[in-house]
Amino acid sequence: MNLTKFLGYDGKTEGNVVITTMEALINWCRKYSLWPMPMGLACCAIELMGTGASRYDIARFGAEVMRFSPRQSDVMIVAGTVTYKQAQVVKRIYEQMPEPKWVIAMGACACSGGMFRSYSVLQGVDKIIPVNLYLAGCPVRPEALLDGLMQLQHDVMQEPVLRKQFRK
Amino acid sequence: MKKNAEDLALRLKADFPNIISDPIEFRGEYTCELLDPARLYEVAKYLRDKLDFDFLKDSTCIDEPDQEKRFTLVYELYSYQHRVQMRLKTRIFAKKPQISSLSDLWESANWQEREIYDLMGIQFENHPDLRRILMWDGYQYHPLRKDFPLEGKATQCGNIFTEVAPLEGGPFVTLPGNTDTGKREPRSRSTDSKF
Repeated sequence: MNLTKFLGYDGKTEGNVVITTMEALINWCRKYSLWPMPMGLACCAIELMGTGASRYDIARFGAEVMRFSPRQSDVMIVAGTVTYKQAQVVKRIYEQMPEPKWVIAMGACACSGGMFRSYSVLQGVDKIIPVNLYLAGCPVRPEALLDGLMQLQHDVMQEPVLRKQFRK
Repeated sequence: MKKNAEDLALRLKADFPNIISDPIEFRGEYTCELLDPARLYEVAKYLRDKLDFDFLKDSTCIDEPDQEKRFTLVYELYSYQHRVQMRLKTRIFAKKPQISSLSDLWESANWQEREIYDLMGIQFENHPDLRRILMWDGYQYHPLRKDFPLEGKATQCGNIFTEVAPLEGGPFVTLPGNTDTGKREPRSRSTDSKF
Protein backbone atom coordinates (compact mmCIF):
# COMPACT_ATOMS: atom_id res chain seq x y z
CA MET A 1 0.00 0.00 0.00
CA ASN A 2 1.56 3.29 -1.03
CA LEU A 3 1.53 6.42 1.09
CA THR A 4 -1.07 8.43 -0.85
CA LYS A 5 -3.56 5.62 -0.68
CA PHE A 6 -2.86 5.24 2.99
CA LEU A 7 -3.72 8.92 3.50
CA GLY A 8 -7.01 8.48 1.63
CA TYR A 9 -5.75 10.52 -1.27
CA ASP A 10 -6.75 9.66 -4.84
CA GLY A 11 -3.85 10.70 -7.11
CA LYS A 12 -5.87 10.09 -10.28
CA THR A 13 -8.39 12.81 -9.62
CA GLU A 14 -6.54 15.19 -7.31
CA GLY A 15 -3.07 15.46 -8.91
CA ASN A 16 0.33 14.88 -7.39
CA VAL A 17 1.36 15.51 -3.85
CA VAL A 18 4.56 16.91 -2.39
CA ILE A 19 5.65 16.10 1.10
CA THR A 20 7.81 18.67 2.85
CA THR A 21 8.42 20.24 6.21
CA MET A 22 6.20 22.99 7.55
CA GLU A 23 9.15 25.32 7.87
CA ALA A 24 10.17 24.91 4.23
CA LEU A 25 6.57 25.54 3.17
CA ILE A 26 6.30 28.76 5.21
CA ASN A 27 9.64 29.99 3.92
CA TRP A 28 8.66 29.08 0.36
CA CYS A 29 5.49 31.16 0.69
CA ARG A 30 7.42 34.10 2.09
CA LYS A 31 10.15 33.79 -0.49
CA TYR A 32 7.81 34.29 -3.45
CA SER A 33 5.75 37.10 -1.98
CA LEU A 34 8.35 39.56 -0.75
CA TRP A 35 6.32 42.73 -1.08
CA PRO A 36 8.69 45.69 -1.22
CA MET A 37 8.35 48.97 0.58
CA PRO A 38 9.87 51.28 -2.02
CA MET A 39 11.92 53.83 -0.10
CA GLY A 40 12.93 55.76 -3.20
CA LEU A 41 15.04 58.71 -2.13
CA ALA A 42 17.29 59.48 -5.09
CA CYS A 43 18.40 58.22 -8.50
CA CYS A 44 18.48 54.54 -7.42
CA ALA A 45 14.70 54.82 -7.25
CA ILE A 46 14.66 55.29 -11.03
CA GLU A 47 16.39 51.93 -11.39
CA LEU A 48 13.94 50.48 -8.90
CA MET A 49 11.10 51.68 -11.11
CA GLY A 50 12.87 50.19 -14.12
CA THR A 51 13.11 46.88 -12.28
CA GLY A 52 9.39 47.01 -11.74
CA ALA A 53 8.63 47.76 -15.38
CA SER A 54 8.15 45.24 -18.15
CA ARG A 55 11.73 44.87 -19.39
CA TYR A 56 13.11 43.54 -16.11
CA ASP A 57 9.80 42.65 -14.50
CA ILE A 58 10.30 42.07 -10.80
CA ALA A 59 6.95 40.22 -10.86
CA ARG A 60 8.85 37.14 -12.05
CA PHE A 61 10.17 36.89 -8.50
CA GLY A 62 6.89 37.62 -6.75
CA ALA A 63 7.98 41.07 -5.57
CA GLU A 64 5.91 43.27 -7.85
CA VAL A 65 3.45 44.46 -5.23
CA MET A 66 5.07 47.75 -4.25
CA ARG A 67 2.90 48.85 -1.38
CA PHE A 68 3.18 52.44 -0.27
CA SER A 69 2.05 51.36 3.15
CA PRO A 70 4.59 49.88 5.54
CA ARG A 71 1.88 47.74 7.11
CA GLN A 72 1.59 45.60 3.99
CA SER A 73 5.29 45.34 3.20
CA ASP A 74 7.93 42.71 3.86
CA VAL A 75 11.15 44.12 2.47
CA MET A 76 12.21 47.74 2.54
CA ILE A 77 14.34 48.70 -0.44
CA VAL A 78 16.25 51.82 0.59
CA ALA A 79 17.05 53.25 -2.83
CA GLY A 80 19.04 56.44 -2.61
CA THR A 81 20.75 58.99 -0.42
CA VAL A 82 19.49 59.09 3.15
CA THR A 83 19.85 62.54 4.65
CA TYR A 84 19.80 63.04 8.39
CA LYS A 85 16.44 64.75 8.08
CA GLN A 86 15.02 61.80 6.14
CA ALA A 87 16.68 59.22 8.39
CA GLN A 88 14.01 59.55 11.08
CA VAL A 89 11.28 58.95 8.51
CA VAL A 90 13.06 55.84 7.20
CA LYS A 91 13.44 54.49 10.72
CA ARG A 92 9.85 55.19 11.61
CA ILE A 93 8.53 53.48 8.47
CA TYR A 94 10.78 50.49 9.17
CA GLU A 95 9.35 50.25 12.67
CA GLN A 96 5.81 50.31 11.27
CA MET A 97 6.46 47.29 9.06
CA PRO A 98 5.19 44.02 10.55
CA GLU A 99 7.50 41.07 11.17
CA PRO A 100 9.02 39.29 9.35
CA LYS A 101 10.84 42.10 7.60
CA TRP A 102 14.00 42.55 5.65
CA VAL A 103 16.00 45.55 4.39
CA ILE A 104 17.92 45.93 1.16
CA ALA A 105 20.38 48.85 1.08
CA MET A 106 20.38 49.66 -2.61
CA GLY A 107 23.39 51.50 -3.98
CA ALA A 108 26.46 53.23 -2.64
CA CYS A 109 24.58 56.00 -0.80
CA ALA A 110 22.31 53.71 1.19
CA CYS A 111 25.24 51.39 2.00
CA SER A 112 27.79 53.96 3.13
CA GLY A 113 26.76 57.49 2.25
CA GLY A 114 28.40 57.04 -1.13
CA MET A 115 30.10 60.08 -2.54
CA PHE A 116 28.28 62.35 -0.11
CA ARG A 117 30.87 62.77 2.64
CA SER A 118 28.85 65.66 3.85
CA TYR A 119 27.29 67.35 6.84
CA SER A 120 23.79 66.44 5.75
CA VAL A 121 24.01 62.79 4.68
CA LEU A 122 23.72 59.73 6.88
CA GLN A 123 26.81 57.60 6.33
CA GLY A 124 25.01 54.34 5.66
CA VAL A 125 21.45 53.34 6.48
CA ASP A 126 22.78 50.55 8.75
CA LYS A 127 23.43 53.23 11.36
CA ILE A 128 19.70 53.38 12.06
CA ILE A 129 18.13 50.08 10.90
CA PRO A 130 19.47 46.53 10.43
CA VAL A 131 20.36 45.74 6.82
CA ASN A 132 20.12 42.25 5.31
CA LEU A 133 21.66 42.93 1.94
CA TYR A 134 24.00 45.57 0.56
CA LEU A 135 23.95 46.21 -3.18
CA ALA A 136 26.91 47.89 -4.85
CA GLY A 137 26.39 50.30 -7.71
CA CYS A 138 25.85 53.96 -8.45
CA PRO A 139 23.08 53.51 -9.33
CA VAL A 140 22.40 49.79 -9.03
CA ARG A 141 21.49 48.17 -12.34
CA PRO A 142 18.13 46.37 -12.41
CA GLU A 143 19.97 43.08 -13.00
CA ALA A 144 21.92 43.64 -9.81
CA LEU A 145 18.76 44.39 -7.86
CA LEU A 146 17.15 41.20 -9.17
CA ASP A 147 20.29 39.27 -8.27
CA GLY A 148 20.12 40.77 -4.80
CA LEU A 149 16.46 39.85 -4.51
CA MET A 150 17.27 36.25 -5.45
CA GLN A 151 20.02 36.27 -2.83
CA LEU A 152 17.49 37.52 -0.29
CA GLN A 153 15.09 34.75 -1.31
CA HIS A 154 17.89 32.29 -0.70
CA ASP A 155 18.44 33.79 2.75
CA VAL A 156 14.71 33.66 3.52
CA MET A 157 14.71 29.92 2.81
CA GLN A 158 17.40 29.43 5.47
CA GLU A 159 15.40 31.09 8.24
CA PRO A 160 14.52 28.76 11.13
CA VAL A 161 10.98 30.17 11.53
CA LEU A 162 9.46 27.30 13.51
CA ARG A 163 12.62 26.31 15.30
CA LYS A 164 12.88 29.92 16.43
CA GLN A 165 9.43 29.66 18.03
CA PHE A 166 10.02 26.38 19.79
CA ARG A 167 13.49 27.33 20.99
CA LYS A 168 11.98 29.15 23.96
CA MET B 1 6.92 100.98 -24.08
CA LYS B 2 9.78 98.60 -23.50
CA LYS B 3 13.02 99.85 -22.04
CA ASN B 4 16.37 98.19 -22.22
CA ALA B 5 18.42 97.10 -19.25
CA GLU B 6 21.01 99.84 -19.58
CA ASP B 7 18.40 102.61 -19.42
CA LEU B 8 16.85 101.11 -16.33
CA ALA B 9 20.21 100.67 -14.61
CA LEU B 10 21.21 104.25 -15.39
CA ARG B 11 17.87 105.50 -14.15
CA LEU B 12 18.38 103.66 -10.89
CA LYS B 13 21.83 105.24 -10.60
CA ALA B 14 20.40 108.68 -11.37
CA ASP B 15 17.70 108.43 -8.73
CA PHE B 16 19.98 107.07 -6.01
CA PRO B 17 23.33 108.63 -6.92
CA ASN B 18 24.94 108.31 -3.49
CA ILE B 19 24.08 104.74 -2.60
CA ILE B 20 24.12 102.96 -5.96
CA SER B 21 27.43 102.21 -7.66
CA ASP B 22 27.98 102.59 -11.40
CA PRO B 23 26.22 99.74 -13.21
CA ILE B 24 28.56 97.01 -14.43
CA GLU B 25 27.66 95.34 -17.70
CA PHE B 26 28.66 91.78 -18.46
CA ARG B 27 27.25 89.99 -21.50
CA GLY B 28 24.14 92.13 -21.53
CA GLU B 29 23.44 91.73 -17.83
CA TYR B 30 23.61 94.72 -15.50
CA THR B 31 24.78 94.60 -11.90
CA CYS B 32 24.30 97.46 -9.44
CA GLU B 33 25.78 97.49 -5.99
CA LEU B 34 23.87 99.05 -3.15
CA LEU B 35 26.35 100.75 -0.82
CA ASP B 36 23.98 101.23 2.10
CA PRO B 37 22.22 97.96 2.99
CA ALA B 38 19.93 99.76 5.43
CA ARG B 39 18.12 101.29 2.46
CA LEU B 40 17.61 98.01 0.62
CA TYR B 41 13.88 97.95 1.11
CA GLU B 42 13.49 101.48 -0.25
CA VAL B 43 15.56 100.70 -3.37
CA ALA B 44 13.80 97.38 -3.92
CA LYS B 45 10.40 99.04 -3.71
CA TYR B 46 11.56 101.64 -6.21
CA LEU B 47 12.78 98.89 -8.56
CA ARG B 48 9.47 97.12 -8.34
CA ASP B 49 7.09 100.09 -8.57
CA LYS B 50 8.95 102.59 -10.76
CA LEU B 51 11.18 100.39 -12.91
CA ASP B 52 8.67 97.51 -13.23
CA PHE B 53 10.86 94.70 -11.95
CA ASP B 54 7.89 92.53 -11.10
CA PHE B 55 9.68 89.25 -10.46
CA LEU B 56 12.44 88.29 -8.02
CA LYS B 57 13.98 85.32 -9.81
CA ASP B 58 16.46 84.39 -7.16
CA SER B 59 18.19 85.74 -4.14
CA THR B 60 21.34 84.28 -2.73
CA CYS B 61 24.25 85.02 -0.46
CA ILE B 62 28.05 84.92 -0.79
CA ASP B 63 30.33 84.35 2.20
CA GLU B 64 33.85 85.82 2.21
CA PRO B 65 35.16 85.24 5.75
CA ASP B 66 38.32 87.33 5.33
CA GLN B 67 36.37 90.47 4.43
CA GLU B 68 35.09 92.94 6.99
CA LYS B 69 31.81 93.11 5.10
CA ARG B 70 31.61 89.36 5.05
CA PHE B 71 28.28 88.57 3.43
CA THR B 72 27.12 89.71 0.02
CA LEU B 73 23.43 89.42 -0.73
CA VAL B 74 22.57 89.08 -4.40
CA TYR B 75 19.10 89.72 -5.80
CA GLU B 76 18.32 88.62 -9.36
CA LEU B 77 15.43 90.67 -10.65
CA TYR B 78 13.46 90.30 -13.84
CA SER B 79 10.93 92.53 -15.51
CA TYR B 80 8.28 90.77 -17.52
CA GLN B 81 7.16 94.10 -18.87
CA HIS B 82 10.52 95.11 -20.34
CA ARG B 83 11.97 91.60 -20.66
CA VAL B 84 15.18 92.61 -18.93
CA GLN B 85 17.22 91.34 -16.05
CA MET B 86 18.97 93.24 -13.26
CA ARG B 87 21.25 92.12 -10.48
CA LEU B 88 21.37 94.00 -7.19
CA LYS B 89 24.15 93.33 -4.71
CA THR B 90 24.75 94.59 -1.23
CA ARG B 91 27.41 93.77 1.34
CA ILE B 92 26.75 93.46 5.07
CA PHE B 93 29.00 93.19 8.10
CA ALA B 94 29.86 89.88 9.71
CA LYS B 95 29.17 91.22 13.21
CA LYS B 96 25.52 91.90 12.58
CA PRO B 97 24.29 89.82 9.63
CA GLN B 98 20.91 91.46 9.37
CA ILE B 99 18.94 92.96 6.50
CA SER B 100 15.36 93.86 5.78
CA SER B 101 13.13 91.23 4.25
CA LEU B 102 11.69 91.77 0.79
CA SER B 103 8.99 89.16 1.17
CA ASP B 104 6.15 91.66 1.14
CA LEU B 105 7.42 93.10 -2.17
CA TRP B 106 7.92 89.77 -3.93
CA GLU B 107 6.26 86.59 -2.70
CA SER B 108 9.17 84.50 -3.95
CA ALA B 109 11.49 86.17 -1.45
CA ASN B 110 9.79 84.35 1.42
CA TRP B 111 11.30 80.91 0.91
CA GLN B 112 14.53 82.24 -0.62
CA GLU B 113 15.18 84.26 2.50
CA ARG B 114 14.36 81.27 4.67
CA GLU B 115 16.99 79.30 2.77
CA ILE B 116 19.59 82.05 3.22
CA TYR B 117 18.75 82.22 6.91
CA ASP B 118 19.02 78.44 7.21
CA LEU B 119 22.33 77.97 5.43
CA MET B 120 24.08 81.32 6.01
CA GLY B 121 22.53 82.65 9.19
CA ILE B 122 21.40 86.03 7.89
CA GLN B 123 18.59 87.52 9.95
CA PHE B 124 15.81 89.06 7.88
CA GLU B 125 13.88 91.80 9.62
CA ASN B 126 10.09 91.73 9.28
CA HIS B 127 10.08 88.32 7.66
CA PRO B 128 6.64 86.72 8.28
CA ASP B 129 7.93 83.20 8.94
CA LEU B 130 11.67 83.02 9.45
CA ARG B 131 12.16 79.29 10.08
CA ARG B 132 14.70 76.82 8.73
CA ILE B 133 13.68 75.31 5.41
CA LEU B 134 16.26 72.63 4.55
CA MET B 135 17.79 71.70 7.88
CA TRP B 136 15.48 70.86 10.74
CA ASP B 137 14.29 73.10 13.57
CA GLY B 138 16.77 72.92 16.41
CA TYR B 139 19.89 72.45 14.28
CA GLN B 140 22.30 75.02 15.65
CA TYR B 141 24.71 75.66 12.75
CA HIS B 142 24.57 77.40 9.39
CA PRO B 143 26.33 74.85 7.20
CA LEU B 144 27.01 76.88 4.05
CA ARG B 145 29.26 79.32 5.86
CA LYS B 146 32.90 78.94 4.85
CA ASP B 147 34.04 78.29 8.41
CA PHE B 148 31.69 75.32 8.77
CA PRO B 149 33.61 72.08 8.06
CA LEU B 150 32.56 70.07 5.03
CA GLU B 151 32.36 66.88 7.08
CA GLY B 152 29.86 68.49 9.44
CA LYS B 153 29.66 68.49 13.22
CA ALA B 154 28.20 65.98 15.60
CA THR B 155 24.84 67.12 16.94
CA GLN B 156 21.82 65.70 18.69
CA CYS B 157 18.41 67.30 18.51
CA GLY B 158 15.54 65.14 19.70
CA ASN B 159 15.62 62.02 17.55
CA ILE B 160 17.71 63.62 14.85
CA PHE B 161 21.43 63.12 15.15
CA THR B 162 24.34 64.02 12.91
CA GLU B 163 27.86 62.63 12.88
CA VAL B 164 31.14 63.81 11.47
CA ALA B 165 31.50 62.26 8.02
CA PRO B 166 34.75 60.36 7.37
CA LEU B 167 36.57 62.26 4.64
CA GLU B 168 39.36 59.63 4.24
CA GLY B 169 41.88 62.12 2.91
CA GLY B 170 39.36 64.07 0.85
CA PRO B 171 37.77 66.29 -0.28
CA PHE B 172 38.15 64.67 -3.65
CA VAL B 173 38.51 67.15 -6.47
CA THR B 174 39.19 66.23 -10.06
CA LEU B 175 41.88 68.00 -12.07
CA PRO B 176 40.27 68.93 -15.36
CA GLY B 177 42.42 68.53 -18.44
CA ASN B 178 44.82 65.97 -17.01
CA THR B 179 44.85 62.97 -19.32
CA ASP B 180 46.12 60.54 -16.67
CA THR B 181 43.11 59.21 -14.76
CA GLY B 182 45.23 58.38 -11.71
CA LYS B 183 46.43 61.96 -11.46
CA ARG B 184 43.09 63.45 -12.43
CA GLU B 185 41.13 61.57 -9.79
CA PRO B 186 43.51 60.60 -7.00
CA ARG B 187 42.37 58.35 -4.17
CA SER B 188 43.26 61.03 -1.68
CA ARG B 189 44.90 64.40 -1.60
CA SER B 190 46.13 66.61 1.19
CA THR B 191 43.88 69.57 1.82
CA ASP B 192 46.65 72.17 1.40
CA SER B 193 47.68 71.13 -2.12
CA LYS B 194 46.71 73.58 -4.81
CA PHE B 195 44.91 72.36 -7.88
